[in-house]
Amino acid sequence: MGRRVVVIGAGAAGMEAAGQLAKAGCSVTLVEKEEETGGNVRNWYHLFPDHRDSKEVISYLDSRVAHKNLTLITGTTVEDMEQDHGQFILKTGDGMALEADAVVVSTGFDLFRSERKEEYGYGIYDNVISSADLEKMFRKGEVLRHDGEIPRRIGLVHCVGSRDEKVGNPYCSKLCCVTAVKQAMELKKKLNTARVFCFYMDMRMGGALYEELYRESQEKYGINYIRGKVSEVSENFDNRLVVKVEDTLAGRPLKMELDMLVLMAGMEMSESGARLARAAGLKTGENKFFAIADHHFGSNKSELNGIFYAGTCTMPMNITETISHARAAVADVLDYLNTLSG
Amino acid sequence: MQFDPFVIPFNVGLYFILIYAVVRSVIWFRGLSRPDKLRLQRGFFGRSFGQSIREIFMESLIHRRIFKASPRLGYMHMSLAFGWFLLILFGTLEADIFGEKHLNPPYKAIFFKFFNPDHGRSGLEAVWAFLMDFLLAFILSGLLLAVIKRVWSRVVGMKKTTKLKALDKVAMLSLWSVFPSRLLAESFTSGAYGTGSFLTGSLGSWLSSFLPAHEMAYPFWWLYSLSLGAFFILLPVTRYMHIPSELFLIFARNSGIRTGDRAGAFTEMQIYSCSSCGICIDVCQLNFSTGITNIQSAYLLKGIRNDKDVSDIAFNCLMCGRCDQNCPVGIELTPIRMIQRRAGEPQLKAKSLLKRYFPDNPVVQPLKNGTEPAFAFLKPQEPEKTDVLYFAGCMTHLTPSIKNAMISILEASGVKYTFIDKDGGVCCGRPLMLAGQTKEARELINFNSELIWKSGAHTLVTSCPICYKIFKESYYLDVEVLHHTQFIKDLIDEGILKLNFSRKKVTYHTPCDLGRGSGVYDEPKEVLRHVVRLQKTDADDENAPCCGGSLGNMKINHHQRHKIAVDAVRMLTVKDPDILATSCPLCKKTLAAATGTRVADIAEIVAEAIVPADPVKRFTDPLHRMKQPVI
Repeated sequence: MGRRVVVIGAGAAGMEAAGQLAKAGCSVTLVEKEEETGGNVRNWYHLFPDHRDSKEVISYLDSRVAHKNLTLITGTTVEDMEQDHGQFILKTGDGMALEADAVVVSTGFDLFRSERKEEYGYGIYDNVISSADLEKMFRKGEVLRHDGEIPRRIGLVHCVGSRDEKVGNPYCSKLCCVTAVKQAMELKKKLNTARVFCFYMDMRMGGALYEELYRESQEKYGINYIRGKVSEVSENFDNRLVVKVEDTLAGRPLKMELDMLVLMAGMEMSESGARLARAAGLKTGENKFFAIADHHFGSNKSELNGIFYAGTCTMPMNITETISHARAAVADVLDYLNTLSG
Repeated sequence: MQFDPFVIPFNVGLYFILIYAVVRSVIWFRGLSRPDKLRLQRGFFGRSFGQSIREIFMESLIHRRIFKASPRLGYMHMSLAFGWFLLILFGTLEADIFGEKHLNPPYKAIFFKFFNPDHGRSGLEAVWAFLMDFLLAFILSGLLLAVIKRVWSRVVGMKKTTKLKALDKVAMLSLWSVFPSRLLAESFTSGAYGTGSFLTGSLGSWLSSFLPAHEMAYPFWWLYSLSLGAFFILLPVTRYMHIPSELFLIFARNSGIRTGDRAGAFTEMQIYSCSSCGICIDVCQLNFSTGITNIQSAYLLKGIRNDKDVSDIAFNCLMCGRCDQNCPVGIELTPIRMIQRRAGEPQLKAKSLLKRYFPDNPVVQPLKNGTEPAFAFLKPQEPEKTDVLYFAGCMTHLTPSIKNAMISILEASGVKYTFIDKDGGVCCGRPLMLAGQTKEARELINFNSELIWKSGAHTLVTSCPICYKIFKESYYLDVEVLHHTQFIKDLIDEGILKLNFSRKKVTYHTPCDLGRGSGVYDEPKEVLRHVVRLQKTDADDENAPCCGGSLGNMKINHHQRHKIAVDAVRMLTVKDPDILATSCPLCKKTLAAATGTRVADIAEIVAEAIVPADPVKRFTDPLHRMKQPVI
């Protein structure tokens, strides 16, 4: 039996890392707080940039963790972590104590809770929804207003909880822009006659094929992009939303009536990750994610020997980057375990 | 005629400061506006005279308010001020009773021991000598505290003390040397003649046992006189100017003179009355939450006194009014800061001594022909006639849950109202005021005033304390201006609003502009007591912290604001309430970002508690009948 590794969090990063480590001969325990694995990927319908169904990613990840060296524990959290003579002892919420030679933290991200941006009216106005809510609608197959009507004018607000000092998140979540582009196109595909507006600060189309997607959304789908931050949302007498926004390219304030508003929630350090950081004494950075040991050579390492990071618990990443980051973590873990035996 | 050359420095100093005080008083009186001059005359020769004398005794001598803030600091100030006052008073009486003749020149009293070294041997003389020694010991104990405070301010119960300029230090040292030099001079003289009471007598006989007391006494009498003279001469250009200024200020204030919104003689009096005690530094949240320790009111006033550029200081302030509340001299610190923020106010920044006494009249530039006012693009509106106007304000529009709560309260109350800024209105003007842009603010005020006049309403309700304050202070309106907490209280009192009681524990945070800014403390709490269990904390009423979101500060960043909010929340949630209630949309937003506890406006809590209308109504309302079966 090989060295024991505990992986915390069975999202894309945790599943990929755990699977790879099991293949390499480690005895892996994968702990997941939810009953089901898959993490945030499960909340998504189709993925950018190629509109792949997220179920394909889930089944790929499931195939990775089906290995004899891998034990999956779901429905519990890691409450505390101690180090004793190079051994880690992890205490779970249901009273287990897991021993490990190395730990991979892959606690992922939480979506920004849009209620915290009260001026956008999430949780107050029925037809203000979040990007995750819209994905659910897509999965269900119908995009409808709260009163059951088909929305004709839809707005998508970028940077909700990102690049916003007032909510304490000055960083860019970098994926909300392309999510908005993807969702705008899907809305248009679903509701051919609807008009779709995106309110953005900057369009950050840095990933592979993002820019092409952005161009397609304008040329083929006629999505309207308005540069300006939404300042406030209210409701008029017939339950339409009134959105105030400044068009900073035209240099004038706008007031628009919309049937539905979708908030592109940013990515934040997950609550369970923050709890673990406090319990285990792991450092977090300015952006509240786990602080990596080095920006160039140590993006998988923590400041403690034997504890490694994989995926979006360190910074916002898309699925491609998450899986690559998880594989890189495996390389670091194996390297570390070798030094132990030597 | 008893005279010695060493009394000259004291005499020069004394007559200089007396003449200076008279000249300065005349200048200040002349600098007051006509109505203020009348107020002061009426106050000085009227009923408030007694009140002023009492206040001078309680505050300038006993230092009652400083005692309240910190007993040790109060003792320090009291022993120096009241002790010195009694020493002079009893010294004068001593010279008058026991001296060779009555009505002596002042120096006779001050240097009585030198001219009457044999005094104090027996009977009443000895009792008197004991009293004088006791007073000197009293002062010296305070002086000891003052010296320690300079080195280690926590001893007197303060976390921070003010930093002094060079001249202040010289004046401070001359003041400090006054009492020890008197002690030594009297002791040596007593030692030489075998007189003196428990302090000077004992010290004198011990010193004379190994020192030539007779010869040693004379230089200390010189030092004593020089210290006094130097202190008096330096007094007008140092912080010790607060001693005579405060007397004048107390008379002016008790006569009903207030700072208002323009600089003038009264403002200058207040600026000179600041003793730089440093209490404003201790209560300032910028100090204890963010570590900014150079912008507090003591430094603002010191900067203005010394003709320094204080614009950075003036704009780096939450305008929360906590220092106003705690200033032992009662200086109106926030109004003075507001004046300093306004553009085109030359009086406070006099360039020379001459200019300071003969200030330029403020020059208000008339609008040039052809230039439009900044808000000329606003189109006049025609509001419908109504009884009650509801002005939510910009911040309430950014917290729609408060707005919705107010709408349901207004609907439930059945009053005839208009939601005047439903589709977005014009700013109340206070943010511009706080930024010193008075003229632009005035344009907005005029626009809104016209709208309010035209509506014919008798009551104006606003949800935002920021708006409330400016509606109250800077609008000339013929309507009753109410904050929504006051409005809700009226509705409850009149039985219009029926509310359920919930057993939730609630702590109330008083917003700065509503509490210290406008004096509304009780109505919000009464409303809350009607619907929930209200908890008391140490941060209630006047002691409430600023949430950190203040529109008043133009200098600090979000990180610093968040620190203030986190500290404020910690003070407010010590009793672990279910809801942290406030009555300001900006406070709600700021506090909510810093805590896991639910933060809600009073309007929200009230709206949730509204008893639904009588079920009988459902019969007449087809919509309701369809939705809910009749019980």
